[in-house]
Amino acid sequence: MTTPDPMAEIRASFFIECEELLEALQDGLTQLDSGEADDETINVCFRAVHSMKGGAGAFGLEDLVRFAHRYETVMDEVRAGRLIPDHQAVLLFMRSADVLSDIVRYSRDGQPIDTGAVEPTLRELEGLVGGPPEELEEEVTDFQPLTLDLSSGDTSCDTSFVVAFRPEPELFRSGNEPLHLLRALGELGDVSTEPDVSKIPLLDELDPESACLSWQITLDSNRSVADIEEVFEFVEGLCNLEIEVQTGPSDAGSVGLPSVPGLPDLIPDLDGGDAPEQTPFPEMDTPRPRLTLTDPETGQTASCVATDPLSQAQPPRSSDAPVQSAAAPKKTTVRVDLERIERLVNLVGELVINQAMLSQSVARAGLPSTSAVVQGLEEFMQLTRDIQDGVMMIRAQPVKSLFQRMARIVRESSAAVEKSVRFATDGEATEVDKTVIERLADPLTHMIRNAVDHGVEDSERRLAAGKPAEGCITLSAAHRSGRVVIEVTDDGGGIDRDRVKAIAIERGLIDPDVALSDSEIDDLLFLPGFSTAGQVSNLSGRGVGMDVVRKAIADLGGRVSISSTPGEGTCFSISLPLTLAVLDGMVVNAAGEALVMPISAIAETMAYREEDVRPLGPETQVLHIRDSFVPLLDLGVELGFRPPKPSYEGSVVLLIASENETRGALIVDTIHEQRQVVIKGLQESYGHVPGIAAATILGDGQVALILDPVDMMANAVGRTRPAVSELQAAG
Amino acid sequence: MSLSILAVDDSRTIRDMLSLALTQAGFSPNLAEDGVHGLEVLSGMHPDAIITDINMPRMDGFGFIEAVRGQAAHRATPILVLTTESAPELKARARAAGATGWIVKPFDPEKLVRALHMVAGPGAAR
Repeated sequence: MTTPDPMAEIRASFFIECEELLEALQDGLTQLDSGEADDETINVCFRAVHSMKGGAGAFGLEDLVRFAHRYETVMDEVRAGRLIPDHQAVLLFMRSADVLSDIVRYSRDGQPIDTGAVEPTLRELEGLVGGPPEELEEEVTDFQPLTLDLSSGDTSCDTSFVVAFRPEPELFRSGNEPLHLLRALGELGDVSTEPDVSKIPLLDELDPESACLSWQITLDSNRSVADIEEVFEFVEGLCNLEIEVQTGPSDAGSVGLPSVPGLPDLIPDLDGGDAPEQTPFPEMDTPRPRLTLTDPETGQTASCVATDPLSQAQPPRSSDAPVQSAAAPKKTTVRVDLERIERLVNLVGELVINQAMLSQSVARAGLPSTSAVVQGLEEFMQLTRDIQDGVMMIRAQPVKSLFQRMARIVRESSAAVEKSVRFATDGEATEVDKTVIERLADPLTHMIRNAVDHGVEDSERRLAAGKPAEGCITLSAAHRSGRVVIEVTDDGGGIDRDRVKAIAIERGLIDPDVALSDSEIDDLLFLPGFSTAGQVSNLSGRGVGMDVVRKAIADLGGRVSISSTPGEGTCFSISLPLTLAVLDGMVVNAAGEALVMPISAIAETMAYREEDVRPLGPETQVLHIRDSFVPLLDLGVELGFRPPKPSYEGSVVLLIASENETRGALIVDTIHEQRQVVIKGLQESYGHVPGIAAATILGDGQVALILDPVDMMANAVGRTRPAVSELQAAG
Repeated sequence: MSLSILAVDDSRTIRDMLSLALTQAGFSPNLAEDGVHGLEVLSGMHPDAIITDINMPRMDGFGFIEAVRGQAAHRATPILVLTTESAPELKARARAAGATGWIVKPFDPEKLVRALHMVAGPGAAR
């Protein structure tokens, strides 16, 4: 394994954190809007934006810093109570959060920021507080990575500085320490330090908390005055500092920092008993000792005098071992590389297969069910299932982030068609596989847009129907019998079935005189090329129809269904598997090969009946099912296992209803069982194989291909009648 | 022995970056997520210096510094404030709360290390 660049890792984790912060921001703003907010709510919102700004600065994401800063500045007004946001203001905050999340995404992907919405939003925001704040130029330019050459290499252009440094007592109270400052100064060049001990009183008059020492330092360095000032940055105002530049024999300019005494005394006086005894002082009457600070150790001796009161006030240091904090109420999380999880998921898959093989060989051995092996195996099976479930849950995430993105879609799309729509969610904590969540975003977006555009009526019609002017779209998620059900419900007028049917007839999608049930009419919405919008609105008419939605959901192993009541609304229900790593499949046999057909693709199974089959072409036939004809395919032929059989009597037919409405009747020899199979990808080894989605290993260790019925039907040869030559050959 | 540092920040990114910068400089960092957590961690260690953010949930940086300074053992422990604002009043407020110095975010690792040496000495590493 290669060691990844730590900064790249932190950068990646920063964007994950941004997603969390955006989520917290959305939550907070939603609370603000609903009036459930308390003082902490706005703080949470502020901190979320603030944290994004802080992190963004570290990675030089200027656009993000800029927007976050100005957004945060306005929010700070709310925090300070100077701005009371009304509904409109909160909506603006939400839109700003949307823009912010766009900028985050662009920054993450390294794309140029689409500045279209940025400036207007900022202007609107700042309109709330009466104009933009002072530019933050200073702040932006404040950070210049300093390349510091700590070796005092070239001394040819050294300047001589004389630094007079006299600490005030406050300097010690702030936790500063002259010793360290003098040492830091020593790093800038050659120093000679002269302490002034004249202010030290007699021992019995000594206040251990006062500042008695001062220093005069002569520094030969090639650095500037600013570099020296930087050393004393933290003690500016806590000491008397004078820096003189000696350019030659005569003294030149002097820079002084005035002392600003009078800071509040924050530290209670030391209890007299605790005050340490002073270390011995140099003799008062003897000439001042001249200490040269070329050696840091010597420097330590020199400044001990002044710093003792505080440094000795510290108790003996305890061990530096890190301490586990007491259990925080927060939910703790661990970040794990997705690759590791994939590996674990794979291994558990192997384990499941292995356990199945073991069960089969135990069964073959004919051991009594009371034997220890059989009983142990049962426990083992239970554990395996639990582990499998547990591992699958690692990849699971609450749908909350997805739902929040949909909140934005509702906001934007309702604004685009000028409808007033409220968005409600339910079951945000429901957990679904991460990949499913990611791939659900597009179809869900489309469904939400549809609900806003076609589902919810405009205010006048709502009021006329005795409904509140504001429409409502509810997005809910729940676990139901091993699957996840996500529903998009609107309280609009429901599907206008007469109109849907008329359009379908007009477009030539259905026969004018065919009788259709309500649900069959609803299903017409999923036909490719169907669009009910009388005119192309801002939202729909993007060339994406519900057929694409159905396809995307089918790719996830899911199904979509519609239920609608005229006048009351429409509900689109998506049912999804919990994970993509296992699949509900039907194990079938064709030409002696075991194959797995995804259950979601099978509409029904039936016995093959010769009388329902009608010839179509020389080698092709169709199956008559109720009122329609569907192409008849032989799975064994389609996969190239065998030529068409003269008779299929005794075979089984799987009626395949793919989500794009292409249907087919697939002949197989036998059906074995229905079971969950672990999906093993083939793409990496074989690339795309037509008609094949993946592979799995069955309980007996046999490898079985998992079929992709849609792909298979698209590439079908359709031969179910032997060619004349084949018949002759067969005799 | 290197300097032991307690770093308090509610942003995971900043904590990660502090941890990286401090570890690379040979320091041993202890991290905490907010003021309350910071005091908990502090109760089991005696850091050579403390770095703290200002805007944090539960207990902000000002509250944290005051609480630290209120403990006799930490009256003189150097505390550096991490701030995104370089505004003088913010520095003044940090100092009034008892901070030793400040670092403007985004920080430069070298500058951070230098600032730590400036307030906490070289440690025993040199």
